[in-house]
Amino acid sequence: MLKKTIALALAVSGAAYAQEFKPAVVFDLGGKFDKSFNEGVWNGVKRFSEETGIEVLEYEVSSEAERKQAIERMVKRRGATAVLGIGFGQADALAEIAAANPDVQFGIIDVNWLDGANIKQYGFQEHEGSYLVGVAAAKASKTGKAGFVGGMDIPLIRRFACGYAQGFKDAGGSEVYVNMTGDTAAAWNNPTRGGELAQSQFDRGADVVFAAAGGTGVGVLQAAKDKGKLAIGVDSNQNHLHPGTMLTSMLKRVDVAAYNFFKEAQSGRVEGAVHTLGLKDEGVGWAVDEHNEDMVASFRADIDKARDDIIAGRIEVNDYFVLEGCPSY
Amino acid sequence: MSAAEFWLLFVLLLDATLRVSTPLMLAAMAGLFSERSGVVDISLEGKMLGAAFAAGATAYATGSPWLGLAVAIAVSCFMGGLHAFATVTHRGDQMISGLAANMLAAGLTVTLGIAWFQQGGDTPPLPAEARFSPLNFPELAFLADIPLLGPYLAPVYTELLSGHNLLVYVALAAVPLTAWVLMRTRFGMRLRAVGEAPSAADTAGISVAAMRYQAQLIAGLLCGVAGCYLAIAHSANFVPHMTAGKGFIALAAMIFGKWRPKQAMYACLLFGFFEALAARLQGVEIAYIGQLPSNLITALPYILTVILLAGFIGKATAPAAIGTPYVKGR
Repeated sequence: MLKKTIALALAVSGAAYAQEFKPAVVFDLGGKFDKSFNEGVWNGVKRFSEETGIEVLEYEVSSEAERKQAIERMVKRRGATAVLGIGFGQADALAEIAAANPDVQFGIIDVNWLDGANIKQYGFQEHEGSYLVGVAAAKASKTGKAGFVGGMDIPLIRRFACGYAQGFKDAGGSEVYVNMTGDTAAAWNNPTRGGELAQSQFDRGADVVFAAAGGTGVGVLQAAKDKGKLAIGVDSNQNHLHPGTMLTSMLKRVDVAAYNFFKEAQSGRVEGAVHTLGLKDEGVGWAVDEHNEDMVASFRADIDKARDDIIAGRIEVNDYFVLEGCPSY
Repeated sequence: MSAAEFWLLFVLLLDATLRVSTPLMLAAMAGLFSERSGVVDISLEGKMLGAAFAAGATAYATGSPWLGLAVAIAVSCFMGGLHAFATVTHRGDQMISGLAANMLAAGLTVTLGIAWFQQGGDTPPLPAEARFSPLNFPELAFLADIPLLGPYLAPVYTELLSGHNLLVYVALAAVPLTAWVLMRTRFGMRLRAVGEAPSAADTAGISVAAMRYQAQLIAGLLCGVAGCYLAIAHSANFVPHMTAGKGFIALAAMIFGKWRPKQAMYACLLFGFFEALAARLQGVEIAYIGQLPSNLITALPYILTVILLAGFIGKATAPAAIGTPYVKGR
């Protein structure tokens, strides 16, 4: 009888514990105010907190070694029941901890290759959105030459570069200079080098530059402003940073992914799945707002047409992940 | 590609070299003063980082680049003073003190940045008037009008000679100034004497401690200018860890330059040149070799600098008393 009572008590307390929803997010290197990738996530998290009144635990990793520890702490020490990891760099650590904690829901952005019944994965068709801004760059360029500054040299960033170069050349551009900032995670946070790389492209005749480089991109956009050239932002809408020289931004709706993950986790639906968000889901796109609508007015229709063609399958955008190379640059 | 186009690209390459080398030259000169007085200075990195943060924060708060520069120098000199206090007054280990300064700067700048500006350690972007803007020298425009050579000299004028911010010229002036002070003035000779034979200098009535303190303050001044350049001249805000090892590269350049100002400057310019070249080599087809992998390109400045300098400079001799605290009467 006593045993049964204890078991019952445990079951009740266990149920009460499980009901308490405690969301957490672990940001990637660069920090939540990188004005780009992490900040997009942060906007989604903020929207969730404001709508539901639920506080989301946060952690910003400052080195690669910290990632696993950060996720583990969220689960074990702080009792998080839904943890969202940001960035491919957290994939291995998150998969390991997810396997050890089957009752906790996990989500991860920029990853689509993990197994696990409790991991929700969000991937984006970056090449599709990059194609669109490539078209915009070609329409705005006077020299027919454009630049691309990437962060760390990894296939994901090459995927941006490849779609961009294809769009640029399909729309009449002749040459794309592709530069990567470095081979380590420090490449996401080196704006002086980013600015120098952009400058080297301007020197060779480029008059539009696309930065897909996290915090490094800040230096690229600044260099474009200083030299009176055009720049394209990434992930978040960065048009407001330098009105007048920001042509547009390639949007990756990580904010929507983050918001959806917490919403679904809150309603208790645990299901491991891979969500791939492309143009047709409005998971990627290009930004038009009050800061750039005059600049893009003359070719807005061309880009909308390219978008429709991609969705309808009339244009096939090269995917670096599939081709493992790029024919366009 | 025509000869004129090629020439323009080459001039632009030199232009980029100058921008990249500026903080290196300033920090290398700072290292020279410190090490020639007998104090190892691995804290160039930390001093620059602290100064960069001070410059970014002050210029944002006040809107004045000059106040930014002043506070940057003050912070950097304060750190230099701490280094002297630990290693000269208290005869602490110079490596440990330098390391501590680097760690202090790396941590404190980010912490204060987050507390003050809530942007993940960044300082907010500055408007053009709060930065050091490019200077132009119209009196040199006649270069373009010289017959025959004019078309070639025009880019030299527009890109290389003018169009840089003030601090680039300060860095270029700092090298001959350092050489003159160290080699030609009484102060410089005393400083070197303290670094080579402190007890002899002491016997001659020179205060070893005072000389070493002064050397640290001068090093602080130069690192302050370097950090200020990074945050509010070359870039438009401070970003955590933005020195990215430049202090150590400057230290290496100084050693490669055998603790001499001119040679140290060449080493800095060489590194800057390869860094600028590497940016332009990514994704370019090179005759007979093809396209180099970008990883190799990124490592190229470091590899080439080491090979060239190690192969051509011969033996470098450090100041004799470097690294040892001076104890009177021993």
